[in-house]
Amino acid sequence: MNFDLSPDQEALRDGIRSLCEGRFPMKRVRNGFDHEMFGELADAGVFSLRADGFGAADAAVVFEELGRAIVPGPLVWSYLAHSHVDGVVGGLEVAGREPTWLVEHYEHLDSLVVVDDDAVLVVAQRAIEPAAPIERPLDPLTPVHRVDGLPAGEQIGDRELVASWRREGAVVSGAFLIGIAQGAAELAVAYAKERRQFDRPIGSFQAVKHLLADMVVRAEVARSAVHAAACTLDDLELGDVERAVAGAKLLAGEAAVANGKTCIQVHGGMGFTWEVDAHLFLKRAWLLDTVFGAADHHADAVAKMLPQS
Amino acid sequence: MDLRYSESDEAFRAELREWLARTLPQLDAPPARDDWDGRRRYDTDWQRRLHDAGYAGINWPLAYGGREASPTEQLVFLEETTRARAPYVGVNFVGTLHAGPTILTEGTEEQKARYLPPILRGEEVWCQGFSEPGAGSDLASLRTRAVREGDHYVVNGQKIWCSFGHVAQFGELIVRTDPDAPKHRGISWLILPMDLPGIEVRPIETVLGSSEFCEVFLDDVRVPVENLVGAENDGWRITQVTFSFERGTAFVSELMDSRRVIDDLSTVVRDPGQRRELGHLAAEFDALWALTKRNVSQAAHRGAPGNGGLMIKLAYSEARQRLGDLSLRVLDRGALDLGREMVEERVRTLNLTIAAGTSQIQRNIISERLLGLPREPQVQIA
Ligand SMILES: Cc1cc2nc3c(=O)[nH]c(=O)nc-3n(C[C@H](O)[C@H](O)[C@H](O)COP(=O)(O)OP(=O)(O)OC[C@H]3O[C@@H](n4cnc5c(N)ncnc54)[C@H](O)[C@@H]3O)c2cc1C
Repeated sequence: MNFDLSPDQEALRDGIRSLCEGRFPMKRVRNGFDHEMFGELADAGVFSLRADGFGAADAAVVFEELGRAIVPGPLVWSYLAHSHVDGVVGGLEVAGREPTWLVEHYEHLDSLVVVDDDAVLVVAQRAIEPAAPIERPLDPLTPVHRVDGLPAGEQIGDRELVASWRREGAVVSGAFLIGIAQGAAELAVAYAKERRQFDRPIGSFQAVKHLLADMVVRAEVARSAVHAAACTLDDLELGDVERAVAGAKLLAGEAAVANGKTCIQVHGGMGFTWEVDAHLFLKRAWLLDTVFGAADHHADAVAKMLPQS
Repeated sequence: MDLRYSESDEAFRAELREWLARTLPQLDAPPARDDWDGRRRYDTDWQRRLHDAGYAGINWPLAYGGREASPTEQLVFLEETTRARAPYVGVNFVGTLHAGPTILTEGTEEQKARYLPPILRGEEVWCQGFSEPGAGSDLASLRTRAVREGDHYVVNGQKIWCSFGHVAQFGELIVRTDPDAPKHRGISWLILPMDLPGIEVRPIETVLGSSEFCEVFLDDVRVPVENLVGAENDGWRITQVTFSFERGTAFVSELMDSRRVIDDLSTVVRDPGQRRELGHLAAEFDALWALTKRNVSQAAHRGAPGNGGLMIKLAYSEARQRLGDLSLRVLDRGALDLGREMVEERVRTLNLTIAAGTSQIQRNIISERLLGLPREPQVQIA
């Protein structure tokens, strides 16, 4: 047993980290997702990880780094769909007959994969009826369109693919979420060392430093859960994969949301401004908490897996 | 990342499982909570059995009666003994997990040969004499004095909260040997034979109504100089060594036990809100379990546990208390009976956020040592 990153995984992490620092600084991230960004991520191998022989644990390492830099885009879907559909792929989870759906990054998509309980379907973006944009999307870096009807689409997978995408999507978006939790913690710690009040850094006040300690603990506990779930996806004999995945997504989502909120709090009035990045972490966390199962969904799922009377 | 146990770990597990299945049925019923002779006998008898079967001191050297095995075998040992509901370390806690490892790292060859084997054989019980009435979180402000007189230290002062002090033969004692040095510099770490003249031990009643810990009064107690561990006035550093053993595998049994409580509770919880909360707690304990594995595997590969231990202590103790809160709500008025295991556990676990560094102190340590935040003026942390 060695739960540390392997040397290869460390190299992978460092590579993606320097890609993010070099190519996706916050200034560019704030302009949102575009085709050029997709191309650079594709060249770096982010979407083809599976085809290139990497496992879910490796993907978790990569997506945590992307989350730390809050790189925008339909990244998880394009990763999942890579060996099935070309180009920029967005995704939509549908349950039953909803009157309307919200599609992320509509304008930049080549295709949309639609996942319901029984099948995965692919729809060309052109075939989707002109959709009304949401004027003020919650996450400013994730534009959202309202779609009132979806064309039939072509089936590319059955229940088995649905199950496998739900698991892997939860783990990979969970990894992105722990990246958010980590990034928000780093931002808050840096500010707490620099901002001075009462003639000393605010990070010397316990009321502040205890908030920061809780941020790193939350991120670390959630990271352990995400890594354990990813390892279990790669090696099903390690344990109950459904339980590991549900717990990982649950804790990662909560850690990201809590750290996003705390990051704003630690920044005081600056935290409430558009200019400071804190809100971008929180908003992406809120958004990702709604995909591949929200917190309550997974808590209920774990509860169902516990022994019953 | 590789979460698989090695083949030799699994072979060890199989052999241990078989031994536990054979041995546990031979044990007597556990003694009553306040039957201290009985508890001492029961816990040390178990320690002796572990020793004779080769399962004591999994990571201690063979020379002192240990097994000299890897930290992952230690984890397997804790997993299997907890799963089988074998006795907990009990009164052997300080000897096997605090004083023993400290002497192993910092003691002289004579001290190791004298003190380590009897700990593993269950012959000698230890207690910890660190805290004082005036020195809790601010442990370094301790005032118990030791004055060198020839080949003895003459010790005067008072210790408090000594767990198992009334059944111990030895205490790990920290004392002030240089009152003029800055407070972290003038401290020394001594081995205190509890039967020396001038020692008075008075049990303190806990919120459970029983006496797990004691006050210890020291009045001109003459401790031989050879009982000094490490250098004189270097005791604070050694104390940090002692504390570091609390990390790593310290909470494994507690975590496993929490997961059992969740499973037990799950068979009676029907209310959907309570079930959701239980599912949430199960996910938290699963995650803490994963973090424990990371910590142990870091100890195995790097020689020292990572920072996970600090985080596990903080996150575990608060999650465990929330689990206890939920179990009381589930029991409803059934919780009026302290004799029920879950109720007693809720009360016992109140100490988790206090003992071995309060949660506030843990947060200070994490933010100052891990995150490099400035210290608060005038407040010095362990
Ligand atoms: C069950 C149990 C077993 C124990 N066993 C032993 C033992 O065997 N041997 C031994 O030596 N000791 C033992 N202890 C003692 C334990 O280590 C101390 O209780 C603990 O360190 C806290 O010290 P205190 O009780 O003096 O509380 P105090 O230090 O007085 O703390 C009181 C409150 O103030 C807060 N506080 C104090 N300083 C700060 C600060 N700088 N910043 C923020 N908050 C602060 C604390 O968090 C706490 O909430 C045991 C305690 C318990 C409960």
